[in-house]
Amino acid sequence: MKFKTVAKKMLSAAVVGAMVLSLAACGGSGDSDGGSSDGGDSGDSGDGVTLEFQQWWGVELPDGALADICQKFTDDTGIKIDLLSNPYADTKTQIASGAASGTMADVVGLDGSWVYDFAKQGSIANLTELMGNASYDDSQLSSQIQFEGNTYMIPVVNFAYPMYANMDILEKAGVKELPKTRDEFLAACEAVKKYDDSIAGWAIPLSTESPSGIQNQFMTWLWASGGSMLKDGKPNLEGNKELEETVDFVKELFDKEYIAAGANSMKEPDMVEEFTNGRVAFMTDGVSHLTTIKEGAPDLKFDYITVPTVEGFSGTSGMDVANWGIGIAENCEHKEEAWKFVEYLMSPEVNAELAVLANAFPGNSKAEPDYSSSDELFVKAYELFQGCEAINEFTGAPTSEDLMRSFGEELQLYLDGDTKSAADMLKAAQERWTPAFE
Amino acid sequence: MTKGKKLLTPYIYLLPTIILMCILLIIPIVMVIGYSFYDNVIINKNPVFVGLENYTTVLSDPVFLVAIRNTLFFVIISIIAHFLIGMLFAMLLNTRYLNVMTKGIFRVIYALPWMFTASVIAIVWRMMLNPNGVLNYLMTNMGIISEKIEWLASRDVALSAVTVINIWSGYPFYMISILAGLQGISTDLYEASALDGANAVQTFFRITIPQLKPILVSLLMLDFVWTLQQFALIWMTTGGGPVNATETISTYIYKQGFSKYQYSMASAGAVILLIVCTIIGIFYVRQQKAGD
Repeated sequence: MKFKTVAKKMLSAAVVGAMVLSLAACGGSGDSDGGSSDGGDSGDSGDGVTLEFQQWWGVELPDGALADICQKFTDDTGIKIDLLSNPYADTKTQIASGAASGTMADVVGLDGSWVYDFAKQGSIANLTELMGNASYDDSQLSSQIQFEGNTYMIPVVNFAYPMYANMDILEKAGVKELPKTRDEFLAACEAVKKYDDSIAGWAIPLSTESPSGIQNQFMTWLWASGGSMLKDGKPNLEGNKELEETVDFVKELFDKEYIAAGANSMKEPDMVEEFTNGRVAFMTDGVSHLTTIKEGAPDLKFDYITVPTVEGFSGTSGMDVANWGIGIAENCEHKEEAWKFVEYLMSPEVNAELAVLANAFPGNSKAEPDYSSSDELFVKAYELFQGCEAINEFTGAPTSEDLMRSFGEELQLYLDGDTKSAADMLKAAQERWTPAFE
Repeated sequence: MTKGKKLLTPYIYLLPTIILMCILLIIPIVMVIGYSFYDNVIINKNPVFVGLENYTTVLSDPVFLVAIRNTLFFVIISIIAHFLIGMLFAMLLNTRYLNVMTKGIFRVIYALPWMFTASVIAIVWRMMLNPNGVLNYLMTNMGIISEKIEWLASRDVALSAVTVINIWSGYPFYMISILAGLQGISTDLYEASALDGANAVQTFFRITIPQLKPILVSLLMLDFVWTLQQFALIWMTTGGGPVNATETISTYIYKQGFSKYQYSMASAGAVILLIVCTIIGIFYVRQQKAGD
């Protein structure tokens, strides 16, 4: 074959290859809400600006719900919203890649545990400045996630973590009143054990793979009694008496075999399954699992309570929250328009609509979601939430997943008897946490 | 055609593959090696060159040393068990005492673990090894154990449990490969050995094993590299816990990168793993060349 012929064929193959690659690239843009992505920078389109909005909410909300909300914003302002909706884990990876390469979407859905690292990298914008420029009244926001005194994320909706109580088990065990204090909780667990020792009083998922049990199940005991794991934004584990009491309380639950077996490799879905199958009397879990549990066990009788507090506690209990947060990319060329969009999502009406759609609680304190068609247990959880202070000290903390993991490992060592005292355990955890905050 | 063009022609044919390998293989490897010499890339916009500091930090990290010990246990036990079970099942399936139908059925049953993805295997085994799971139920009812064992939650047994899962999921590859090898051995050799009065053990060690040697060496080397890099199964069953009991080099690297955001440290760990795999790879290629 002549060289010319070979070269021609190679050129044709290269052109075909390029076409296939470009087609694949077009098809690969993550979109599940009807929006289309140009895959590049935002720019002017038609009569206004187009903003990319990358998040995982569109996947978890009813089909098309987020697109409808965004369309109303476009109708009002002429600013187009290009939705990039993918599952949570994919969104995290894509946003992290965007942060590293400076190609983050204009507006991004954020988890509180990512904020510190993105803010430190300088890849998300300072919202305090944008709020100031827009003369926005931030007193209506239920919380703001800050880094070095400036806001970088605003929680749009909150998912609270009350305590679930299996009423079928408790009634059979002779527990007439649901526990309000830790002592009452211990007594209830003892009653459950006496009734049936194959049923655990409480469960805590401590799997190393997903260490959120430290945040959502362990620290909830501390926060419910007004305690804190941080002081002036730094770790306050060593010498923290309230935390020591909490560690010892969990140790007591463990030693008396009230905690469901297999905690060290248990994940949150496993815990929910144990509760749904009637093998656990109490669990601290997100309200978002209400539907799952009701579908899994339609006949299960359960109720919500706040996490029991220490004896004599009279302050406002803290209730753990997870949230869908929002932020703006530092590389966004239309920050003013992006802020308008954030402001729109945080407006009382839209925020209330989002909260109802997400089965969550609003991030705007003035929002009045209509939960009339929601489950009565959900309404009860909302009432409990309103009586508590929303708290999650891991939100905005540096490398928060790693903090949970290292704390979880130290807790496991203490529960197993490798560490002598709660004070030693907290000292070791403090040593592991401190470098992350430096 | 001129001499130069003639020399160039094969390279033009190879060009698409070379370009793809550069984009998907060479560039990422070079980038990771480069990252491992800086203080912290990606997070730090102006990383500083620190030479071998990341390597000394990683190699002196007690968790990394635990990860090496666990990885060695996991890899060596897995490879030995894969080999023994694969050989046993392959010989059972190659026997002339079973009819074709029975062999076919068992071939499918024995090969089943190979068909599942790591996530399915992890879910199934997590359910079976749950303290309230089927394994504890059976063992308790049979009187083998008196108390529930926390297979994946106990530091004493978690690594063995994860290794068993890996053995279960990996032996069919050996079985299928060895079976193919067994079917390729000429019956003349066995007939000749029978005429010489060799017994079954002698036939196995003097004919079967030498004939299978090229396949076995390849299998062992490939399995070593694959098992060394095993991540998904360990991550989805134990995540390296409880308290580093099942921490391997791959889970250590993942945690450094995606939990602590220490990408340079993760890169240093990955380069160490790459060096080990490359050494095995060189042996593999040499063995293949010798076979040719």
